[in-house]
Amino acid sequence: MSNATLLLSATGIQRTLARMAQEIAERNDNGTEVVLVGVQRGGIHLADRLSRMLADIWGHPVPNGRLDVNMHRDDLNRQMPPEVHATVIPFDVTGRAVVLVDDVLFSGRTTRAALDALNDFGRPKRVQLAVLVDRGLRELPITPDFVGKAITTRPDDHVEVRLKEDGGEDAVYLRHA
Amino acid sequence: MSWNHRHLLDIQSLSAEDILTVLDTARAFKAVGERAIKKVPALRGKTVVNLFVEPSTRTRISFELAAQRLTADVINFSAEVSSLKKGETLKDTARNLEALNADIIVMRHSAAGAPHFLARFLKSSVVNAGDGAHEHPTQALLDLFTIRERKQTIAGLKVTILGDILYSRVARSNIWGLLKLGAQVTLCGPATLVPPVFRQLGCRVTYDLEEAIAEAEIINLLRIQHERQRQTMFPSIGEYTSLFGLTQGRLARTRPDVLIMHPGPINRGVEIDSEIADCGRSVILEQVTNGLAVRMAVLFLVNGGKGPQEIAA
Repeated sequence: MSNATLLLSATGIQRTLARMAQEIAERNDNGTEVVLVGVQRGGIHLADRLSRMLADIWGHPVPNGRLDVNMHRDDLNRQMPPEVHATVIPFDVTGRAVVLVDDVLFSGRTTRAALDALNDFGRPKRVQLAVLVDRGLRELPITPDFVGKAITTRPDDHVEVRLKEDGGEDAVYLRHA
Repeated sequence: MSWNHRHLLDIQSLSAEDILTVLDTARAFKAVGERAIKKVPALRGKTVVNLFVEPSTRTRISFELAAQRLTADVINFSAEVSSLKKGETLKDTARNLEALNADIIVMRHSAAGAPHFLARFLKSSVVNAGDGAHEHPTQALLDLFTIRERKQTIAGLKVTILGDILYSRVARSNIWGLLKLGAQVTLCGPATLVPPVFRQLGCRVTYDLEEAIAEAEIINLLRIQHERQRQTMFPSIGEYTSLFGLTQGRLARTRPDVLIMHPGPINRGVEIDSEIADCGRSVILEQVTNGLAVRMAVLFLVNGGKGPQEIAA
């Protein structure tokens, strides 16, 4: 872990997600229309956790799906074929308030692809974006609605989000190249 | 995840990890086919040419639909109506297609090695959709996908391939794929159509049908390739059916969890009893559904597998 700075500890992640859940609840007074969709792979566990927290706040279950954006990427010509994972959206998104959840927001291209992919599943009433870390350096006009931690990075830095669900610790590190 | 191939020419040259990459990728593409909108933009702006020098309906339709579901443009080119009939060589035909900026050429040809030949000089990706009696890689991949989906794993499974092995590209591709993933492969059929030389690949060869199917967890039936046989390899269809046809009586003496597979088109009453083709143990139509997903995965992967030199750019 040379050149690595701890951005969020385990308790930091927990507090940050709890705050984000409160913000999502504040912005969406009708909780019954909210569904969470985690972006593969980094967003799915975060969407799970936020969904449980929101269920506690609202007192009813909050549906939770997962979306793989790799078939909708804009760089398929420029790289090795990406690993594609399952997209599971076991509810109709039409008329719902969809909160897209991802771990790190960087260029915005993944979010752009996610919006396209989501479009194939219906027409949401609105879509909001929740990210644990906003590292800046956007290449598209995309702004998150809910941000865990905003930091300034250089393009070749690496933000590493580790979660217990993947076996290991809860922590976010910033690595300088 | 491992894939670094610009072409899909055969199963023989793939690693076990390559095969599993295709199967994993196909799982995601199968889900696309189950949605209301069955289309993704992964091959948007790409051109796929189906170059079918040997006629085929089901494989061509499957590739055509796969390309369309990936948002590629598709051209179908069949030998009967093409310039090949006017005396153009295969190489010239392929070069003409490339001059139209075809990105992927899917080829079926009656000559073994024809796709390998194209791949040597074309910049386009080449996908083998069946070359003579050599290989039919996407058929094997969809068979492996179907087996894995039903049985979870392939390693250690007892698989019997029954019928015309000698003239079957499906058999060859399946044998390579199954052995690479650790299955135990038994071949059975008339001695004239199941040469003992297949033992050298690691298959078990038997001419006793009852013994071949008794312990099998998968029975893959192959059609008699009348069109490829240069002479009669067995006395009559009736005799083939009575000795090697999968009848209800024979099925009763197999494992209760056996899966019956067939690459199609099936000849009801010849290699398979009509009732068996429609019974709960038959996955013949699942194979067709899975074939579409596997071909989407293959087109997606060969399009991306440009090799390390282009990735650096």
